[in-house]
Amino acid sequence: MRKFSLLDHNSVPKHEIIQENEVKSLLDKYQIEKGQLPKIKQSDPVIKELGASVGDIAKITRNSQTAGESLYYRLVIDD
Amino acid sequence: MDKNMPSIPKRIGAIKFGLISPREIRKMSVTAVITADTYDDDGYPIDMGLMDLRLGVIDPGLKCKTCSSRAGECPGHFGHIELVAPVIHVGFNKMIRKTLRAICPKCSRLMLDAAKKADSLEQLAKLKKMGHLPNSHINEIYKEAAKTKTCPYCYDADGNPTKKTVIKFEKPVEYIENGDKLTPSEIRDRFENIPDEDVRVFGMDPDNARPEWMILTVLPVPPVTVRPSITLESGQRSEDDLTHKLVDIIRINQRFQENRDAGAPQLIIEDLWELLQYHVTTFFDNEVSGVPPARHRSGRPLKTLSQRLKGKEGRFRGSLSGKRVNFSARTVISPDPNLSINEVGVPLPIAKQMTIPVRIIERNIDLMRMYVARGKETYPGANYVIRVDERRIKVTDLNCEELAEKLEVGSTVERQLIDGDIVLFNRQPSLHKMSIMAHNIKVLPNKTFRLNPCVCPPYNADFDGDEMNMHVLQTEESRAEAKILMQVQENILSPRFGGPIIGGIHDHISGMFLLTRNEKFISKNGALELLRKADIRELPEPAGHNEDGAPYWNGKQIFSQILPKGLELEFPAKVCFQCETCKKGDCENDAYVVIKDGELIKGTIDENGIGAFKGLVLDKVVKEYGTTVGAKFIDDVTRLAIRGVMRTGLSFGIADEDVPPEAKIEINDVMDKAVEEVQDLIKAYEAKELEQLPGRTLAETIEMLIMQKLGKARDSTGQIAGNHLGLENSAVIMAKSGARGSMLNLTQMAACVGQQAVRGERIKRGYSQRTLPHFAKGDLAADAHGFVKASYKSGLNPTEYFFHAIGGREGLVDTAVRTSQSGYLQRRLVNALQDLEVQYDRSVRETRGVIVQFKYGEDGIDSTKSDYSKPEAVHRIVRAVTGKEVN
Ligand SMILES: [Mg+2]
Ligand SMILES: [Zn+2]
Ligand SMILES: [Zn+2]
Ligand SMILES: [Zn+2]
Repeated sequence: MRKFSLLDHNSVPKHEIIQENEVKSLLDKYQIEKGQLPKIKQSDPVIKELGASVGDIAKITRNSQTAGESLYYRLVIDD
Repeated sequence: MDKNMPSIPKRIGAIKFGLISPREIRKMSVTAVITADTYDDDGYPIDMGLMDLRLGVIDPGLKCKTCSSRAGECPGHFGHIELVAPVIHVGFNKMIRKTLRAICPKCSRLMLDAAKKADSLEQLAKLKKMGHLPNSHINEIYKEAAKTKTCPYCYDADGNPTKKTVIKFEKPVEYIENGDKLTPSEIRDRFENIPDEDVRVFGMDPDNARPEWMILTVLPVPPVTVRPSITLESGQRSEDDLTHKLVDIIRINQRFQENRDAGAPQLIIEDLWELLQYHVTTFFDNEVSGVPPARHRSGRPLKTLSQRLKGKEGRFRGSLSGKRVNFSARTVISPDPNLSINEVGVPLPIAKQMTIPVRIIERNIDLMRMYVARGKETYPGANYVIRVDERRIKVTDLNCEELAEKLEVGSTVERQLIDGDIVLFNRQPSLHKMSIMAHNIKVLPNKTFRLNPCVCPPYNADFDGDEMNMHVLQTEESRAEAKILMQVQENILSPRFGGPIIGGIHDHISGMFLLTRNEKFISKNGALELLRKADIRELPEPAGHNEDGAPYWNGKQIFSQILPKGLELEFPAKVCFQCETCKKGDCENDAYVVIKDGELIKGTIDENGIGAFKGLVLDKVVKEYGTTVGAKFIDDVTRLAIRGVMRTGLSFGIADEDVPPEAKIEINDVMDKAVEEVQDLIKAYEAKELEQLPGRTLAETIEMLIMQKLGKARDSTGQIAGNHLGLENSAVIMAKSGARGSMLNLTQMAACVGQQAVRGERIKRGYSQRTLPHFAKGDLAADAHGFVKASYKSGLNPTEYFFHAIGGREGLVDTAVRTSQSGYLQRRLVNALQDLEVQYDRSVRETRGVIVQFKYGEDGIDSTKSDYSKPEAVHRIVRAVTGKEVN
């Protein structure tokens, strides 16, 4: 059993699974289907730790020198 | 189909690749081809010959017997040749080898157990679902099956599992099993016996690709339209290479048939079979290694199917990815600082040759009449008139008057280029968007394209014989788009680093440096001479008056005249001495630039002011006043700087590297001391007294210390030389202002060339334990390992020269390797990224609409519009608007 969380690592940006309503507003905002989002494998260490299931959408908050914070979304897929 | 009806664009749903089956070949064939002849004595295509009218038509006047269209409309139709015996398709020879080695020679089943097969099928399905390529997995399967020694499915006469045979492959189409050649028929029989389930394990779909289809029993004959014959001037017909090859195939096929029917001996049959194989092989590919290429009577190798597709001139790279274009011109380039950066000088002969179509309306008919009436010899004239009935008429001296008269609204005149026409200008390699920019043309005498030297950096052009291409735009839309997006002034700032990529180079920088630093007393005549091309109506208050009361100005004032009003800027110049604490405006070296309200108060304008890549004044002018003012500023800078450098004068010769005798002594002292110190280091090393550096062996330590010592010695000789030459020396001026060259270059010319290195280390290669035979073995001294004490001016001794050649070659090899590698890397990147597009919602998406970035660059910033994303930019705006300081 691992005794630390990957999410605490300085170089790992914040990952979170977003709720249904947020998913809807995201898809509405970009006028896309879920399949048009960038993907992330379920076996990705961070996703494994979050315990996300296939079809969930991970919101990734990255630090940016120019934008302060930048948001990225990934659809969790089977591997 | 009506050729005026627009075709409806269709979306390609999927593309399926497979092997073509003999059945399919026969099904799509319109006729079997049985005679090797083409035309009869009357020149009429022979029935069931290679030019059979059912295969399509190329002669005007004849009708296709399949689709009854005429030449040009008939797309052509395939025929076929029934091969007397099967032959290998060379394109699949490796695949056939792999398959032969993976199956049982007796029962033809894939030599893997059932569980393994099921597992593999599952893996394949998964890969397909993921959209991944199955290649590496399938290769594993082949490898594993080839390793299996015995068949899991059948037994030999003794009841033991069948043993795998060893199959030797001899390029290109021979397979030898236990010393006997396998005939294509035998191979085909084996492949036919592979069950469909096993074919699937190979990653093939048995409905679309059965392995036995890799061995040909029937050969498709390409349509005549693919291999048209040409009629020579003598009236003789000359057939296409493919037709020649097909003739050979049919002839041998017939002979084979006859011999077999007559019961010829096996040896002859085998020979003929091999010959048939040769012809079919070369029909597909005439450059197979191990097969002599089929040749024309003249000795020229035939161009068969592969040769049409492969390589730079092939269908893909030559005809589809890149084509030759009309309305383009190419010639040598040369500089002209009097042109605007937005202009390009076009030689008159080119301007007379190239045209722009102008649609006639009531308002331009008189003007266009004049163009046409002048004909094509009197510039500016017109070369073609396209009448209302779409007939295209060449303008000649004879018909120009008449054509002009008959011109009517609705027809089109192709007029010659005139000043101000917009064209695209390009220099290969086109690595970034600034490699193709739109220029306004200026028609000039002589034979080269002329351009303002400031646009050399984006094109990466120089004038040592470089050639460039020009494309004349043909529609209003393209001209509008080019003007808005591609004009040079719209590309002054590069999106790569947000700064100017177009700006002063070489003499512009030395010129500005000399003008704004040294020129203190410029008379009225001098001032007007400097500014005469800059649209200046009055001179500022003079800086002072001399004894006779005549006013004089200084260079800073002159430069200020071309600055836009209201410009505020402060920055350290390139000449900045990097003092401990910068005194900013009070810098005693005049190296801190202060511009207030468009007035150069202090400092020297050099590379950091107006240079391409670094020019801060340029950067600020373009960002604050827009591209038009920016372009005007660059034009003014070029002209002022060129006049500036001519006023002071700047020359460079071998005497400029002369250092005074006392400096020479100083330099020699430094060198001698360094060499001595190196000897001391070596002594300490040999006496094992040297202290080892952390993480290094003793040998590495001494190497490093020697390198350091010699490096420092070279630097200090450079400094001595630089100090003695002083800022009056033209080489120093050019190096310090950033115009050309560096202090290192000057050091090497005047003081000491320094250590020659290979891979960052002193030169060690050569003989055992020494670089050259006249050195003692194990000698670590400076001169024995490539230290060049001499300067280029004083000249190198033979050993130094030799070491210098070694070091120099590394540089050459490096550049050669780097350019080819980075070129390929660039190609791959561009291929991967070319379809990505920034959408109106600022997201970046590929063609399917899949998002790549939610905001362009993850921050949505256009680097050419942002002031390097620094908060100071905002502070400055607040200060400008409110007059208050913020922090
Ligand atoms: Mg060149
Ligand atoms: Zn036809
Ligand atoms: Zn078997
Ligand atoms: Zn300073």
